[in-house]
Amino acid sequence: MAEMPMLAVDALHAWYGESHILHGVDFTVNEGEVVTLLGRNGAGKTTTMKAIMGLVGRREGSIRYRGTETIALRPDLIARAGIALCPEERGIFASLNVTENLLLPPVVASGGLDLPTIYALFPNLKERSASQGTKLSGGEQQMLAIARILRTGARLLLLDEPTEGLAPVIVQQIGRTIREIKARGFTVLLVEQNFRFAATVADRHYVMEHGKIVDMIPNAALSSNMGKLHEYLGV
Amino acid sequence: MFTIFGIPGPLLFGQLLLGLINGAFYAMLSLGLAVIFGLLNIINFAHGALFMMGAFVAWMLLNYAGIGYWWALLLAPLIVGAFGLVLERTLISRLYKLDHLYGLLLTFGLALVIEGLFRNEYGSSGMPYQIPSALQGATNLGFMFLPNYRGWVVVAALVVCLATWLLIEKTKLGAMLRAATENAPLVQAFGVNVPRMVTLTYAGGVALAALAGVLAAPIYSVNPNMGSSFINTVFAVVVIGGMGSIIGSVLTGFGLGIIEGLTKVFYPEASATVVFVVMAIVLLTRPAGLFGKAA
Repeated sequence: MAEMPMLAVDALHAWYGESHILHGVDFTVNEGEVVTLLGRNGAGKTTTMKAIMGLVGRREGSIRYRGTETIALRPDLIARAGIALCPEERGIFASLNVTENLLLPPVVASGGLDLPTIYALFPNLKERSASQGTKLSGGEQQMLAIARILRTGARLLLLDEPTEGLAPVIVQQIGRTIREIKARGFTVLLVEQNFRFAATVADRHYVMEHGKIVDMIPNAALSSNMGKLHEYLGV
Repeated sequence: MFTIFGIPGPLLFGQLLLGLINGAFYAMLSLGLAVIFGLLNIINFAHGALFMMGAFVAWMLLNYAGIGYWWALLLAPLIVGAFGLVLERTLISRLYKLDHLYGLLLTFGLALVIEGLFRNEYGSSGMPYQIPSALQGATNLGFMFLPNYRGWVVVAALVVCLATWLLIEKTKLGAMLRAATENAPLVQAFGVNVPRMVTLTYAGGVALAALAGVLAAPIYSVNPNMGSSFINTVFAVVVIGGMGSIIGSVLTGFGLGIIEGLTKVFYPEASATVVFVVMAIVLLTRPAGLFGKAA
C-alpha cells in the first residue's frame, strides 16, 4: 500500500509496574477506517489503548501517528497530535456538570464538531446540561464520554468498550453514532467484547491474545471466519 | 455599660472581632492548603513558613526598597509564589510517586529551614509593621469601636475567599482543576499540561498564604514564628472542614475563629484547646470532615 497508515503500531510492549502486559503488538489503522480490537478479557486490548495514549507505566516499540513517532511523548502531547481516548470506565467527572464535562477537553485542532451538531447527535446532553456528570444514566454517560472527544478536533478516536453494560437500545444508538462519525471522516479504533456489535460498524477486526495480535479479519470475511473467531473469543 | 450573659458588651464584641480576624487568617491559609492537597495530594507543612515569608517580604520591601503596603499586597504574593514555584519544580515534584509521608517530611523540613534562616537573620523578637495611613484609626459602630485596619482584614479575607471559590467553581480553569483533582491522568490524556498546572496550583496556594502574611504584618509583629503559631489550628481547620474542600475550609476557618474568641470570653482556660475538642468531636461523628466527601 502506497498510502501511509494513520496509526502504525510496531512491536509495542507495555508494562504496569512489574507486570509485562503487551508482548509486541503490531497493527495499523488507515484514515477513515473503523477498526476493532477483539479478544478475551485480559488479552491486552485496553492496555493497547492506554499505551497509545501514553497512560501505561512503561512502553517500548513504535507508535507512529501520521508518520510521527509518539512512543516517548507525554499524554498531553499525544492528545495535541490529534488522538483522543474515550476510556472504558468512561471517566465522567463527578465534580463537573454535564456542560463542564463536555467542554473540558481542550480543542487541539480545527475540524471538531461544534456544539449545535453535538447536541443534535446527543439531544439528552442538552436537556441535562446542568446535571452533575455522574448523575446521568450509564447510556447518557457513555454518550457524554464520546461527545466530549468529538469537539476537540482529534481525528483518531480510541473508544474502549463503549457498549459495555448498556441496554440493547442504547447499544444500537451507539452503533448509529459510530457510523455517523465515520461518515464525517473520523477514524475509530474500537475495543469490543461483543463481535456481533463490532460487525455492524467496523471495516476490519484484529484479534488479540496474550498481549499480541494473532489475526486480522476483514469485516466482509467475518461470516466465513466464524468458527475461528468463536475459538479465539471462547464464546 | 450593657452586658450580655453577665459579660460586658465591649469585651464580648472585642473578643468576637479578634476571633473573626483569626478566623480570616485560618480561612485564607486553609483555603490554600485545601487546593494544594486536592491536586497534589501533599499536606503542605511549609504553609505557615510561607505565610511568614509573605509578612517578611512586605517588611523587606518597605525597609529596603521603600515600597509600601499596597504594592506589597501585590508584590509579596508574586515573590513568594515564585519561590513556591521553584520549590515545587526542584523538590516537591520528585515525591508524587512516593508515599504521602515523604511529602509531609519534606515540607515540614522546609518549614524548619525557612524559619531557621529568618530567625538567624532577624532574631525572634519580631519587628513592627506600620498600619498604612489610609487604614489607621477606628470607627465607632455604636456598640463598639472597630479599628479600621481590622475591619479591612475581615473584608479583604472574605473577598479573597469568595474570589478563590468563584475561580474554582465557576470558571473553565476551575473545572479543569476539579477534574484533575479527580483523575489527573485522564485530564492529561485530553491534552492538558497537568504537570504545569500542578506547579502553578502550588504557586497559587503559596501566593495566597503570602497574601495572608502581608495582611497579618500590621496586626501581629513580623517574626519568624508567626506562621507556626497559626499552622496547628489551620491544620485542625482543614481536618474539620474536610480535606480538600474549599467551602469547608472557609466556613470552618471563620467559624473556629469565632468559637475560639467566644471561648476566651466565657471560659478562657479552654481557649487554646477548644479547636481540638471540636476536631475530636467532628472526627468521631463525621470522619471525612464537615464538608468532606466520604472516601
